[in-house]
Amino acid sequence: MDLLIPETGTLVWMLIAVGIVFFIITKWGFPMITGMVEKRNGYIDDSLLAAKAANEKLAGIKQECEGLLKEARDEQARIIKEATDRRDAIVAEAERKARESAGKIVAEAREQIQMERDEALRGLRRQVAEISLEVSEKILLKELSDRQSQMDMIERLVDEVESVERK
Amino acid sequence: MKRLLVILLSAFLTLTRVSGQEVVPPGDMTADEGDVDVKEIIFEHLKDSYEWHIITLGEHEITINLPVILYSKTTGWHFFMSDKLKPDGEYDGFHRAAEGAHAGKLVEYGPDGSEVKPFDLSLTKVALAVIINSMLLLVVVMSCACWYRHHSYTDAAPKGFVGLIEYVSVMILDDVIKPSVGREYRKYAPLLLSLFYFILLSNLMGLIPIFPAGANVTGNIAVTLFLALITFFTVNIFGNREYWKEILWPDVPVFLKFPIPIMPLIELFGIFTKPFALTVRLFANITAGHAVILSLTCLIFIVGRMSVLIGVPMTGISILFMVFMNCLELLVAYIQAYVFTMLSSVFIGLSRPVEKGEKNKSLTDK
Repeated sequence: MDLLIPETGTLVWMLIAVGIVFFIITKWGFPMITGMVEKRNGYIDDSLLAAKAANEKLAGIKQECEGLLKEARDEQARIIKEATDRRDAIVAEAERKARESAGKIVAEAREQIQMERDEALRGLRRQVAEISLEVSEKILLKELSDRQSQMDMIERLVDEVESVERK
Repeated sequence: MKRLLVILLSAFLTLTRVSGQEVVPPGDMTADEGDVDVKEIIFEHLKDSYEWHIITLGEHEITINLPVILYSKTTGWHFFMSDKLKPDGEYDGFHRAAEGAHAGKLVEYGPDGSEVKPFDLSLTKVALAVIINSMLLLVVVMSCACWYRHHSYTDAAPKGFVGLIEYVSVMILDDVIKPSVGREYRKYAPLLLSLFYFILLSNLMGLIPIFPAGANVTGNIAVTLFLALITFFTVNIFGNREYWKEILWPDVPVFLKFPIPIMPLIELFGIFTKPFALTVRLFANITAGHAVILSLTCLIFIVGRMSVLIGVPMTGISILFMVFMNCLELLVAYIQAYVFTMLSSVFIGLSRPVEKGEKNKSLTDK
């Protein structure tokens, strides 16, 4: 029966021992543990969110990078194409100019050659005329040394003039 | 695997202990026939005692003598060690009551010759065990708290023993305290966790048969009453207006509360039945478990005395049963601590309902 009757002395000892221990552990023991767990949970949640945000950001950056790369590639292609075009243009222009100037030079040379030929022809002609004059002078001097021959000459010339007038 | 070994070991130790008790103390058996007085053995273990008997080696008894502190209304304070008390003798005017309401306790003769119980403040076996368990609890919790003091919350979670304590604490906090207490769980969590760990530790210590464990702490009704009183005072001191309103003027038809206050009376009665239920539940469960284990142990010796032929196989069967019972008791040790904490949480939660003016905050605010 006395198993069911609480002993006052035990209650007093409980009050002392458990009272002191409970006071200490409820004040400095468990709040430490639960507080830390709570803080850690918060930290883990924050970290997860941060990781998620970082991942998203990373994905964005990756996409941006790809975009940039693509843009750069396009730009490169465009620049190369432009350069090629320009090169072709320059070469064409240079060819055209070269052709032009070559034509000019050739034309000038031709003109010069023509002029020099003309000059040479003229000089030749003058010399031929001079020589023929000298020859004809000498022939005339020889042929017209007598009176008869001078008369024949005059007659022939008159005939010639007459035939020209007749024409 | 390790745990299994511990269980087996504790079962083995239970066996050694009780057999040790059984062989020699003259009070434990009726000497003339050598029979085993099972009731005496079991009650000797379940009840409190003035000294702590550890083991009997041959003729030599190893006992821890504990201080006896008594206050008599007629002769004042008395203080002496328990070895002064002989089983049937008398010391300083006190003797052990043989029967009646104070059987086994120290009593003195009153002026009219009747046995009067003095105010008994002795440091008994249970009181010492309570102190040991409290100290152990203090060491366990504060060593964990120390770990947390030296670590930041950004560090990795603790491992080993601290990790175990954290795991159990968080489990109790999340599974029991948060849902039962409700939005103000933070305020009550340390107290409820303390109750849980004290009961769990005392239950487990009760299963370990040798000193400094082995005392029947949570199977002592004064201990369980004290623990229930903690809940009782927490509930009724911190209960809010809505709680008292529900008791004194509950939401029932008026004829149930006026002119004869039937419902308020029932509710008021309920205030006291709650801690009573807590007290008896824990006490009865632990006492029953200890009694069954001890009975099974005694079975070996009862049968052994009847016939050696039956005794040998019976010993094997008994040990098997005891191993099973000890495993069960390990479970019960946890379950009872869990249930006590859960009911306390529920009572506290009920004592702080959301007041009418208050906004209904979310119950499990993180």
